[in-house]
Amino acid sequence: MTRVTDAPGRPSDATVRRPHPLPKRPLRNAATVLIGRGARFLTRLRGGGTAFPGLIVEHLDRDFAARALAQLPYGVVVISGTNGKTTTTRVVTELLRGQGLAVFTNPSGSNYSRGVVSALLGRVDLLGRLDADVAVLELDEAHGVLFADAVPPRFALLLNVLRDQLDRFGEIDHTAELLQAIAARTTGAVVLNRDDRRIAAIAASLPHTPVRFFGVGASLAGRFPGDDEMHGREQQHQAVHDADVLLTAIDSARATFDFDGTSHAVDLRLRGSYNMVNAAAAIALVRAVLGDGVEDTELLRTLSAVTPAFGRGETIEVHGTAVELVLVKNPAGFRLAIQSFDAADCATVIAINDHDNDSRDVSWLWDVDFGSLRHPGVDLVTGTRAAEMALRLRYDDVPVAHVESDLRRALDRALALAGGRPLRIYCTYTAMLQLRRLLAAMTPLEGIDR
Amino acid sequence: MTDPIRIVHLYPRDMNIYGDHGNVLTLFRRLEWRGYRAEVHEVHRGDPLPISGDILVGGGGQDSGQVLVEADLLARGPELRAMADDGLPMLLVCGLYQMFGHVFRSGGGQVLEGIGVLDVETVAGADRLIGNVVARSAEFGDVIGYENHSGRTTLGPEAQPLARVSRGAGNNGSDGTEGARRDNVIGTYLHGALLPKNPSIADRLISVALERRLGSASLRELDESTTEAARRLAAARPR
Repeated sequence: MTRVTDAPGRPSDATVRRPHPLPKRPLRNAATVLIGRGARFLTRLRGGGTAFPGLIVEHLDRDFAARALAQLPYGVVVISGTNGKTTTTRVVTELLRGQGLAVFTNPSGSNYSRGVVSALLGRVDLLGRLDADVAVLELDEAHGVLFADAVPPRFALLLNVLRDQLDRFGEIDHTAELLQAIAARTTGAVVLNRDDRRIAAIAASLPHTPVRFFGVGASLAGRFPGDDEMHGREQQHQAVHDADVLLTAIDSARATFDFDGTSHAVDLRLRGSYNMVNAAAAIALVRAVLGDGVEDTELLRTLSAVTPAFGRGETIEVHGTAVELVLVKNPAGFRLAIQSFDAADCATVIAINDHDNDSRDVSWLWDVDFGSLRHPGVDLVTGTRAAEMALRLRYDDVPVAHVESDLRRALDRALALAGGRPLRIYCTYTAMLQLRRLLAAMTPLEGIDR
Repeated sequence: MTDPIRIVHLYPRDMNIYGDHGNVLTLFRRLEWRGYRAEVHEVHRGDPLPISGDILVGGGGQDSGQVLVEADLLARGPELRAMADDGLPMLLVCGLYQMFGHVFRSGGGQVLEGIGVLDVETVAGADRLIGNVVARSAEFGDVIGYENHSGRTTLGPEAQPLARVSRGAGNNGSDGTEGARRDNVIGTYLHGALLPKNPSIADRLISVALERRLGSASLRELDESTTEAARRLAAARPR
């Protein structure tokens, strides 16, 4: 398979999308779609999760996704890595749409292959045809490999490897191997983070695949320590590759990206310096997908309008209080989040759960330095491991005003004690989902049916 | 004014995977809260070991981290054995627990030599032993932590178990033991980090260090209500 490089200028729907030929195995597709939609209907009646119909279809018809995605003119784009998948997928999707492409994507955070299949069920016609130019899919590391086995991606963007859910994957070197396997199955081009030692090393294993890099400029390197630099005194990993796109400056909400020999300053609505790195990654990926066909002015305009993905710096207004949800999953991410946001003039809450989709092992909290929260302290800790978090803060001499493990009572209490101040909640994955559901009951929210 | 109590952190760069920083931090703060000055001395590959160290702490690593430190550790073997014989308090978690034993036999027939500070041997297992652990010790009470290891460790006659598992796998998942002790050396698979939720072990290491340095130690009681809440919670979480 070859990369689509012949798109002259900005592709419009008319030039890119061709009339759909009859797909392979149309009757099989129709049966699968009907069964899958039946399962979806029943699941919704019961108020269940979104992945179940995908699970059913994966069992009945393993190649369904492969057949549905095989005919897209720009193929399948996979985004993986430990941190930033959801935000980056959102940015890439918006940037490609801004360039005129019809994009199929999986809903935020449903980054298992069955989540993709569930999303496909809602978008294909009865014959299994998907009306889109490209699929942009967020996949977690392990499911990314399984998915790439079934559906070789044309492009892959690999963001980083940080210790996260180690009790699931074992060790971070193993996680890097999973990402390398995704890259090895990619047919067009691979985009890598040149500043992440383990990700950059994947390039050496890809002698026949074009590789592009994104990264941060030298003056910002110290702000983004990799997993190894968080401990001990080793020098920052020295990037050896030239980057196609570099994040070179951060000034409050303004980020400067260098590409094609030009600096482009953009005011972003995304929150947190780490999301500016994700934006650089997204630009590099879009440039790989569209080749010379990128229209820069539109690209930067679209980028400036992208809002935070849910729970990733998203701000929700509730009864006059701005509630900001900041997802934290691992030490590097938590540390960056604390550095990115100013603790003054807001109420701070930390919500730590230890369910399967968080990390059952909470030892990672001991690798985060909470010293910068000492003044004015933490207003409330909550979640299934609230007491562990309180203990962690004790050892950094950070005062904790309240401990309330129940998230519903904690949210009520935090809203009351915020007293008009903005409320910032650092939360693990399942705590974030639960908080969003609670907040949705108070105010309409994207992605949640009331 | 005496010199600060020196906590030696062995290989913080290469062996740090399971919140091991929390063990060092716990020793440091519990000394500081009781009015002792403390300092952390990091020892990386190639650095000399300070002869004036008071407590030595080492953590777990990935396979790649263990390979990186193997030669450096072997070269320090005689020195570390002499320190253990002399009664230096040490805490070794997971990866360094294995490497402070005699040997680690990998699944592929590879033999990784250890430094034999502890009379234990480890063989690679087919699967990982993962989850919350509660283990009972006569001296320390319930030891609470989290394990994540594929190695199966067995104790020789010169090593006493740290505790007996009442929940979880421990050393090997079959004989009920968890961790190993000799003199003032403690090896264990438990992280979480271990010491914040098990202050009896932290204070034991501290007492020994103070006795060795000052001749006597009486540690002021600290308010452990936060600790007790975290211990109760950790012990009640699903495996």
